[in-house]
Amino acid sequence: MREIKAEKITEVVRKLCINANCYLPEDVKKRIEDMHDAETWPQAREILERIMENYQLAAEGDRPICQDTGLACVFLKIGQEVHIEGDLTAAINEGVRQGYIDGYLRKSVVRDPIDRVNTGDNTPAMIYYDIVPGDKVEITVAPKGAGSENMSQIKMLKPSDGVEGLKEFVLWAVENAGPNPCPPIVVGVGVGGTFDKAAFLAKKALTRDLDVPNPDPAWAALEKELLEKINALGIGPQGLGGKTTALSVNIEQFPTHIAALPVAVNINCHVARHEKEVI
Amino acid sequence: MAITITTPLTREKVRTLKSGDSCLITGVIYTARDAAHKRLCELVAQGKELPLDVKDSIIYFVGPTPARPGEAIGSAGPTTSYRMDAYSPTMIQQGQTGMIGKGKRSAEVVAAMKEHGAVYFGAIGGCGALLSNCIKKAEVIAYDDLGAEAIRRLEVENFPVIVIIDSEGNNLYDTGRAAYLETVK
Repeated sequence: MREIKAEKITEVVRKLCINANCYLPEDVKKRIEDMHDAETWPQAREILERIMENYQLAAEGDRPICQDTGLACVFLKIGQEVHIEGDLTAAINEGVRQGYIDGYLRKSVVRDPIDRVNTGDNTPAMIYYDIVPGDKVEITVAPKGAGSENMSQIKMLKPSDGVEGLKEFVLWAVENAGPNPCPPIVVGVGVGGTFDKAAFLAKKALTRDLDVPNPDPAWAALEKELLEKINALGIGPQGLGGKTTALSVNIEQFPTHIAALPVAVNINCHVARHEKEVI
Repeated sequence: MAITITTPLTREKVRTLKSGDSCLITGVIYTARDAAHKRLCELVAQGKELPLDVKDSIIYFVGPTPARPGEAIGSAGPTTSYRMDAYSPTMIQQGQTGMIGKGKRSAEVVAAMKEHGAVYFGAIGGCGALLSNCIKKAEVIAYDDLGAEAIRRLEVENFPVIVIIDSEGNNLYDTGRAAYLETVK
């Protein structure tokens, strides 16, 4: 049994919160740059240039790329040979608290959805635990802004709707979102499982690098087809026209019930933040 | 060539601005988003005085990150505007002439813009670090308890925006996309 102190978790989460918010990952930058080069609409090219200028400026000055530094979504893969010494959930929240205060990040969490009083330190985090073989702990922090989160959708399709129904629903979700989620967007799609599992898979899909396709060739082909169809809609960067509407479609699928075909679409903006560290 | 706007933004100036125009705003603008708008509209309903001079004002829908020592403000890009749709018609009736945000607006907001003479500007969403360079001074003038959502008085220089919806209701989200799609037919 490997011992890891809870303080170590706090330290890593703190660092990941700050880094994720100030430095855009390489896979996202590369995709924005490539799509800028392929963009034909002048207004769209200009917006993409401002977006590139913005993330460079943020990185140089260690400043947040976007003012919506999000809900702190924290994904943990905990090796079953690991024993955490101390309170793990409290350690994660302490890391978020320190990261958001020390990093001058915005505190965007209200303690109750109706009374809406700010918690003042961006806690609690949205935490997703997964127990896996091994003696490592992998932590991914993916701060999630609400502008894109609010444009997300879920639907319980019928098995007879099939892949065509799935495609239609994803395209509808993107069309419905239009300029609101700060396109170019990243489209996370969760298919299968239960109502809640599909939503989780859609969020998890957003943590996958944009240059890594679904490992199943059929699903990878569907990702590619959906990306092409979305980019034919003409919404464009910020919704002002162009072919760069989405940077990537990432799908995660899971077995489901004989009577079910849940599909969740979790939309992310071009500030597609995700930072990972293995302890 | 960008159009220069110096605040206050008069109704006469509003009527010269057309959907698709690039503009650079210099002067004083105010920040407000969900929670602040709710309070402002409650004051209007009660017939009480507002904590800012609404006449000919521009309100920027933004909740900035905290300023670091020595900086005027943190990152400060636009938030999605439709959440203010419930409040903007009231504010426009009170004399507000400009809104800065991103994303779609409701038919009720556009109707108020046409009736009273107001314009909806878009700033680039997700460019908070870049846009904050145009903000030279920031001061909380109301609702400090709201943190990022407090009302701030900003002094801006050449703050870049595009006219999305003008005072005649022309909408760049419709026309920009349609014009692009014409080129790929």
